[in-house]
Amino acid sequence: MPDSNLERTVQSTQVETEDVLSRSEQKTHSLFAGRVKVYPQKIKGTVRRWKWATLVVLLAIYYLAPWIRWDRGPDAPDQAILVDIPGRRLYFFFIEIWPQEVYFLTALLVLAALGLFLVTALFGRVWCGFTCPQTVWTDLFMWVERLIEGDRNQRMKLDRAPLSLEKVAKKGAKHAVWLVIALLTGGAWIMYFQDAPRFVVAFFTGQSGAGAYFFVGLFTATTYLLAGWAREQVCTYMCPWPRFQAALLDEDSLVVTYEGWRGEPRGKLKKNPDWSARGDCIECKKCVAVCPTGIDIRDGIQLECIGCGLCIDACNSVMEKIGRPRNLITWDSENNQKARAEGRPTRLRLLRARSLAYVAVLLVIVGITGVGLAGRSSLDVNVTHDRNPLFVTLSDGAIRNGYEVRILNKTREDRDYALTVEGLQDARFMAIGVTDDFVDQLVLAAPADGVAAYQVYVTVPRDRVTQQQTDVRFVIEDLASGETDGQNEVFRGP
Amino acid sequence: MPTKIEKDSLTGRETTGHEWDGIKELNNPLPRWWLYVFYGTIAWSLVWFVLYPSWPWIDGYFEGVLGRQERQVLDSRMAQAQAAQAQYLDAVAAASPAEILEEPQLLTFALAGGEAAFADNCAPCHGLGGAGQAQYPVLADDDWIWGGTLDAIRQTIAYGIRNEHPQSRFSEMPAYGAMNILGREEIVDVANHVLTLSGSEPPDPAAADRGAAIYEAQCSACHGADGGGMTDLGAPALNDQIWLYGGTLPEIVAQISQPRQGAMPAWAPRLDDTMIDMLTVYVHTRGGGE
Repeated sequence: MPDSNLERTVQSTQVETEDVLSRSEQKTHSLFAGRVKVYPQKIKGTVRRWKWATLVVLLAIYYLAPWIRWDRGPDAPDQAILVDIPGRRLYFFFIEIWPQEVYFLTALLVLAALGLFLVTALFGRVWCGFTCPQTVWTDLFMWVERLIEGDRNQRMKLDRAPLSLEKVAKKGAKHAVWLVIALLTGGAWIMYFQDAPRFVVAFFTGQSGAGAYFFVGLFTATTYLLAGWAREQVCTYMCPWPRFQAALLDEDSLVVTYEGWRGEPRGKLKKNPDWSARGDCIECKKCVAVCPTGIDIRDGIQLECIGCGLCIDACNSVMEKIGRPRNLITWDSENNQKARAEGRPTRLRLLRARSLAYVAVLLVIVGITGVGLAGRSSLDVNVTHDRNPLFVTLSDGAIRNGYEVRILNKTREDRDYALTVEGLQDARFMAIGVTDDFVDQLVLAAPADGVAAYQVYVTVPRDRVTQQQTDVRFVIEDLASGETDGQNEVFRGP
Repeated sequence: MPTKIEKDSLTGRETTGHEWDGIKELNNPLPRWWLYVFYGTIAWSLVWFVLYPSWPWIDGYFEGVLGRQERQVLDSRMAQAQAAQAQYLDAVAAASPAEILEEPQLLTFALAGGEAAFADNCAPCHGLGGAGQAQYPVLADDDWIWGGTLDAIRQTIAYGIRNEHPQSRFSEMPAYGAMNILGREEIVDVANHVLTLSGSEPPDPAAADRGAAIYEAQCSACHGADGGGMTDLGAPALNDQIWLYGGTLPEIVAQISQPRQGAMPAWAPRLDDTMIDMLTVYVHTRGGGE
């Protein structure tokens, strides 16, 4: 029998409860976790067909583009797309870029970025899910894996099985095919930098340079590792793109969406379900099974969801089987989802401030780049005044200035150019290696697709030099085509 | 250190327990491969420390098992560069300055080498590009004290002027004033006359007339009857617009009274023949070579 006096004494004493959790009460929050392997299941559907089509087109472009030929003349490379680093040129069909025009490449990258922003703002993460090289090659590698090892359940069973001849054979075959694809990928990359037919021959006869072998090896290794082993780890941990997707999407962007207002409350399918009292989601988990990153889209938009839409195909296949409406998971915008949930009409808002702004900037940059490319001349002159001496007084009192004149001949023939200087009276010219005496006009030669540098002296009688610094303009004229280019400089005097 | 591990209601994952202005962070575990890659980089660095120069000792440093030294790498790269240059250097060495002027590729190489050597050796006195400075001749103009042909330039560079080298060029202008060869007024007269030689207006035309006779007696032997100068003797031309020591009357008077005469070192002992050839070509092409 309890001692009621003692009890009362204990209860009346104030004892504070400490705010603490013992170690065993704290959930273990290990800093690191092992990787959970993802086994995506095969699925058929519209989205899957689009994904295959995109993959085939993109890979065809990547592997076949270096083989396209473009005739530029006898001394020039005949590959349509070529980054000629030793020759310091970038070729793209009829476009030829010299190193100082690398800003065209910058413009291309800016356009690519803007295009991505626009597409993402409109259609969600289609870059990630359909066109990203990581996705494309991982998809390809997973297809090979499925071909050799079987679909999801068979692959899981094989991984759990003990080592056997069959397992070794299948794994070996898979890795071998992966390595071959990786090698072709690495090789194709190099072919953008070297002439493709010649490179292939040289590579397999051991005549390529050390650099070529190294880079092919590097890209083979990275393709094999990233597409074969890393897969979704790239999207989750390595790529910066998913982490600022939130800044590129708004309430009108089309994203892969689970219609929770329709699917909840979810529950297993029972006989004769009352669909008015329950949601359409029957917890089949097919959406999770087909997901290449292994997430549950019913949790909402998340970093790991690459927006490939395979869960849409998966859910639709199930909805058809149980006779419920399609698109429980679908591409839709947040605003539209709200409207559908409330029974209001929906709108596809493609033209909004954000997308129009992107389009505007895109058009401006396309315009500037286009004008720049179209106005690209085949002739350029650079003039640099000698730093020392600034000017020289000759015996007869005349004033002479020295300049380095560089002529860039972007045509594919040797050309001659006439040099004149505007802004000086009675000027006479001399160039080292061209003439020993002063002449009224210089004719300078430049080699095909090359640069010629000349040391040019300009002499003016003393009484014609009226200022310490006179603004002049050097003009060269291509004698064959009449094209001119000029540069402003100064003529200095005492 | 959080005492309570909070779970984010939306994702079910733990937060770090901290909050900044209402923002909380999820505390997701990092993948283990990330950790292993980090360990891999540590292992790599340990290998690096062993193979390459790494740790300083008190009186030196650990040179690494491979013994690589940047100085040796530099030496080998310099040797490679020189070997690559060798074909051009040999061609320049084999050709005379006149032949170099004719051959564009050799000329480009020789000018580059000459420009570099000029900046190191000649520019302190003659200025970069041969621009000259006070009392040091401008090499870029067409006025030459000792001659502007390739041979003359080469000789001047190789043996210099008024130095101890046995083959150095030498001449001496008498100090007409300091040695009392001419009186002060006579010097002024001659100075006026000298100004007329270059077509300038003398301040005192009457003095200039008187000075003509003195010039013929004293000066024309070296400087020429019309002031054309004599490059064999290093006597400058007086009939042009270029004055090394100044072209005003007081400056000319000073120069006649107590002439300043420049000295130049002999470069043959210091530079090899090929370099002197390149310098010759460089100076000759600064615009005034004959």
